[in-house]
Amino acid sequence: METTETIKIQYTAKDFKSDQYVRWCPGCGDFAVLSSLQKVMADLGIAPHKTAVISGIGCSSRLPYYTSSYGFHTIHGRGAAIATGVKVANPELTVWQITGDGDCLAIGGNHFIHSVRRNMDINVLLFNNQIYGLTKGQYSPTTKKGFVTKSSPFGTVERPFRPAELTMGARGTFFGRLLDVDLKTAQMTIMAGAKHNGTSVIECLVNCVIFNDGAHGWLAERENRADRTIVLEHGKKMIFGKDGNKGLVLKGLNLKVVTIGENGVTENDILVHDATCEDTTLHLKLALMEGPEMPIAMGVIRDVVEESYDAAVEAQIAEVQAKSKIKTFDELIDSLEQWEM
Amino acid sequence: MDKVTKTELDNVVVRFSGDSGDGMQLTGTLFSNLSAILGNEISTFPDFPSEIRAPQGTLGGVSGFQVHLGSSKVYTPGDDPDVLVVMNPAALKVNAKFIKKGGVIIFDADTFDKSGFEKAGFKTENPFEELNISDTIQLIPAPLSTLTQASLDGMGFDNKTVLRSKNMFALGLICWLFNRPIDQAIHFLTNKFGKKPTILHANIKVLTDGFNFGNNLHLTVSTYFVERSHETPKGKYTSISGNKATAWGLIAASQKAGLQLFLGSYPITPATDIMHELTARKDMGVKVVQAEDEIAGITSAIGASFAGSLAATNTSGPGLALKSEAIGLAVMAELPLVVIDVMRGGPSTGLPTKTEQTDLLQALYGRNGESPAVVMAAGTPDDCFHYAFMASKIALEHMTPVILLTDAFIGNGTSLWKLPTLAELPEIKPNYVKPDMTDYKVTSRDEKTNVRYWSVPGVEGFAHRNGGLEKDYYTGAISTDPENHQKMVDTREAKINYISNVIPELKIEGDSSADLLVIGWGGTQGHLMSAVSSLNKKGNKVALANFNYINPLPKNTVELIQQYKKVVVCELNSGQFATFLRSKVPAVEFLQYNKVQGQPFTATELEEHFVTLLK
Repeated sequence: METTETIKIQYTAKDFKSDQYVRWCPGCGDFAVLSSLQKVMADLGIAPHKTAVISGIGCSSRLPYYTSSYGFHTIHGRGAAIATGVKVANPELTVWQITGDGDCLAIGGNHFIHSVRRNMDINVLLFNNQIYGLTKGQYSPTTKKGFVTKSSPFGTVERPFRPAELTMGARGTFFGRLLDVDLKTAQMTIMAGAKHNGTSVIECLVNCVIFNDGAHGWLAERENRADRTIVLEHGKKMIFGKDGNKGLVLKGLNLKVVTIGENGVTENDILVHDATCEDTTLHLKLALMEGPEMPIAMGVIRDVVEESYDAAVEAQIAEVQAKSKIKTFDELIDSLEQWEM
Repeated sequence: MDKVTKTELDNVVVRFSGDSGDGMQLTGTLFSNLSAILGNEISTFPDFPSEIRAPQGTLGGVSGFQVHLGSSKVYTPGDDPDVLVVMNPAALKVNAKFIKKGGVIIFDADTFDKSGFEKAGFKTENPFEELNISDTIQLIPAPLSTLTQASLDGMGFDNKTVLRSKNMFALGLICWLFNRPIDQAIHFLTNKFGKKPTILHANIKVLTDGFNFGNNLHLTVSTYFVERSHETPKGKYTSISGNKATAWGLIAASQKAGLQLFLGSYPITPATDIMHELTARKDMGVKVVQAEDEIAGITSAIGASFAGSLAATNTSGPGLALKSEAIGLAVMAELPLVVIDVMRGGPSTGLPTKTEQTDLLQALYGRNGESPAVVMAAGTPDDCFHYAFMASKIALEHMTPVILLTDAFIGNGTSLWKLPTLAELPEIKPNYVKPDMTDYKVTSRDEKTNVRYWSVPGVEGFAHRNGGLEKDYYTGAISTDPENHQKMVDTREAKINYISNVIPELKIEGDSSADLLVIGWGGTQGHLMSAVSSLNKKGNKVALANFNYINPLPKNTVELIQQYKKVVVCELNSGQFATFLRSKVPAVEFLQYNKVQGQPFTATELEEHFVTLLK
């Protein structure tokens, strides 16, 4: 069909799939994130060739091979720094960084906190399975204390990182969380991250069927998931539960679960989620909720507007160039103190 | 007024020395620039301690700046000074052993008191006798502090500001000693302090008073006159440091290639000035990321290269060690990248402000796997422009990381630089994919040169996945096939070796029948040239081969070296280039001359050693 009008191309997830065979273990949680990402890429309407997917090393870091966009599978831990270079060099590209709990928070911890601090406009999918999969089962910086792995036969003695805390400690402007078995929330959260201007950190809770099966099993159970998680949406009441009658309120400085209709609690008492609030206090409280007393927060927990590093770089260059008399290399040379010999 | 004699010299070496806060670098720079404007060849070298401000008047805080002026080509900042300006007894003590016989010492008599002697560790109150130099030198005592105070009396400055101007008094005095009109110095000061009129006025006043003080000195001291150079090709010149020249070479290359320039960098002595120069050049659209560490410096540059920029990172030895893995990624991903290593004394933190050539083998071999990269070295400060340009050109045209070695000596030192125009520089044509290319793979390459075609994100039809895993030669997909790996290793090696076809052949200074071939590489070029040309003037037959391209070596290397009976490799390390050459030219016996003291060679020590080899 021929048309003279410029129309926005409608992509489908298929347009973002490469011809490569996906080499993750059957049942791996990474598949769900990959397909959610490809769906979001299609819905965003940004062409594959305007998209760059950058990763480090680890199971999840194989992801760039499975998308049809430009991709770069780099070295362990350096994805954030490489993505920084890509985005600063060409801010018109949509840049995704694919990383895991080892890649991002152990060997790449320094690059991670600094890209978050700078607010690089990149979308970070942090696959958190709480284990090293590719090296066959050592504990990672997010493994729960006491957990037995190949490198901790008597249980780890280390305290784990909590990615949300690290992100907000590094002054992150976006933090979201998704669970591999909840595609709807996954797509919604990834889409919100893509639209955020600045570093979007999305913690993807994924299951490693081989080395850490069921790490997120408590919340993943289909029949109990509604009671054990809460999907946060900006501007909406913090209500969750199978019957939609549980909610969060503040008691003193802490969050508390209440049941609407019990002890005089009405829907009006329930907190409304404000993801755009600059202050991190409540966002942290929400992000750090743990079971079984509290539900685990999913969706967009924090989404704050601030200038991105790459935009600031462009703006500064434009400002200097507008004022400068030097436009060419020869003019630059002429500006030097010089003499005839 | 006494009759002052005037000695004409072919070249002269002046060293300014004082506390790191005494402004010796500025004084030296102004003096060398105004000498250049008057037609002299110049070469300078600053020598500063790693302490920013060591205790005043102590040996640890002595900072120096040496200038070599010539009426013909000068190759180095000179060995021992003819004239030494010392601002305190500590500076005298540190430098006394270097002063030439019959040389002149100008000293700040105000600081030559009991407390000054104590701080410098003198036991008596006559330091010149104590150092055993009182009979062989001429002394010009000048109470610089008192005279500067008198000069600025009543102008409303506090004492600290007044004393900070005493370097200008010394400059005025030196201008007198060298028969230099001070107009040009005033012009420089006006450029520097134009926005601070009172400071400018004070500096000019002190400078003028310093000059007049010399003029009215009733001393029988010989003043110097260095005739203008007639060997220097005609043209417009400036004085430039190696680090600045390196930065500008990158800018020129980016402009020539029509690409944005990106630098990923982490501060490290003595390489940081390259970042300072580039981050100031937003007018040229240069993007600089001051990264969180050395690794992010290079990996952000690799990201920028992937995204289509001319990308560079700069560092020194310890930083190069941290960047090793990432250089391997650039080798594997076959992306253009310029890595500049301004070498300093090592290992570990070593001697951060001192010069050495000890990173050569690290640059050549310091990576896992078979990981060939181009290695080059610049020879002089102004050379850094050319080799930074050529490093960029080779990186872009051959899709490879290029390691450019400079060092603290040429990075911080300055020399005359003939100003280039963009038009006269060679073309740079990156090996881009051709728009009509079908079935592009990340490994698609030119069959003759083995250079991979570069497709830059944003272009439709050429999306691909690159990475650090081995790729299939034909499909670009990841592969662990044994024969494919061998083929890829061979291809990457062949790609680098092919570059010997595009770099200039090795040129030998001196005739092919010389009794001795002196070999050097990089920043020792000036000292080797000085020593060899001096020996040749005295009738000895010595030839010099100075290498700027190390991997690959120039095509004619083996053939040329084999012509000589005696070959000596001189380097500021324990024999790294000699080791490399032995692997490439096994038939030749390479003698070595090495020095690892954090200091450049002196032309004198080289000459003396070559004489023993000629016997």
